[in-house]
Amino acid sequence: MNMRNPLARARGLGSAKEGTTHWIGQRVSALALIPLTLWFAYSVLRVMHGGYIQARAWMHLPLVAVLLVILIGTTFYHAYLGLQMVIEDYVHGAWSKFASLLLVKFICVLLALSGIFAVLRIAFGG
Amino acid sequence: MGTTSRPTSPHIGIYRWQITMSMSILHRATGVALSLGTLALVYWFLATAMGPTSYATAHWLFGTWIGQLLMWGWTFSLFYHLCNGIRHLFWDAGKGFEIKDLYASGYTVWVVALGLTVIAVVLAYMKGGAA
Repeated sequence: MNMRNPLARARGLGSAKEGTTHWIGQRVSALALIPLTLWFAYSVLRVMHGGYIQARAWMHLPLVAVLLVILIGTTFYHAYLGLQMVIEDYVHGAWSKFASLLLVKFICVLLALSGIFAVLRIAFGG
Repeated sequence: MGTTSRPTSPHIGIYRWQITMSMSILHRATGVALSLGTLALVYWFLATAMGPTSYATAHWLFGTWIGQLLMWGWTFSLFYHLCNGIRHLFWDAGKGFEIKDLYASGYTVWVVALGLTVIAVVLAYMKGGAA
């Protein structure tokens, strides 16, 4: 006899394998990225003419470093959620879908941590 | 998953091409393009962190014609995805579903996205910078 209630047994086994987390996460990260990307685009346009010295001086500012870390983290979270949707829509083989989702997730984590590492290295460096 | 060639319902061929559907497809396409663009973004951060020599290499790479082409493609992709994303957020809030509103917001997205791209291009070249 199974003592678990029907909802507990069904949960996580739907086609999406999860609840509303993906949908809400995508919207919340989108909202956060509106001001972040506008700020980043404006800042890069302002800083890029100063070359290496100015780029480093800019990333050395505490507020800039913190915002860049948030921007990188949010960007890759949002990118992964989007790429996941695209893969789930167009890759149909069970194994190829599993493999491509996992590969994209690994690449996103690798790139996100590399970007954050670079920013922190400049922020904490001389 | 069934990959046998059963007849499918005529879900694509029967539609006249409309701006709303092309904008929806472009939202996805720019999203994928921007995901690839993060490679350049992270490369730029790492090059800046590693020192003036690697920064100069990155600066040179972004300055080549392929680099510039990609930059402006990504710039447009960013502004398009941003503007159309805001349009999507309004839909999520249940607003703007009338056909008239759909077209109005669609054209607005095009105008604002192209406008911001042109402004960014002008600002980038005005002071004589490359990338």
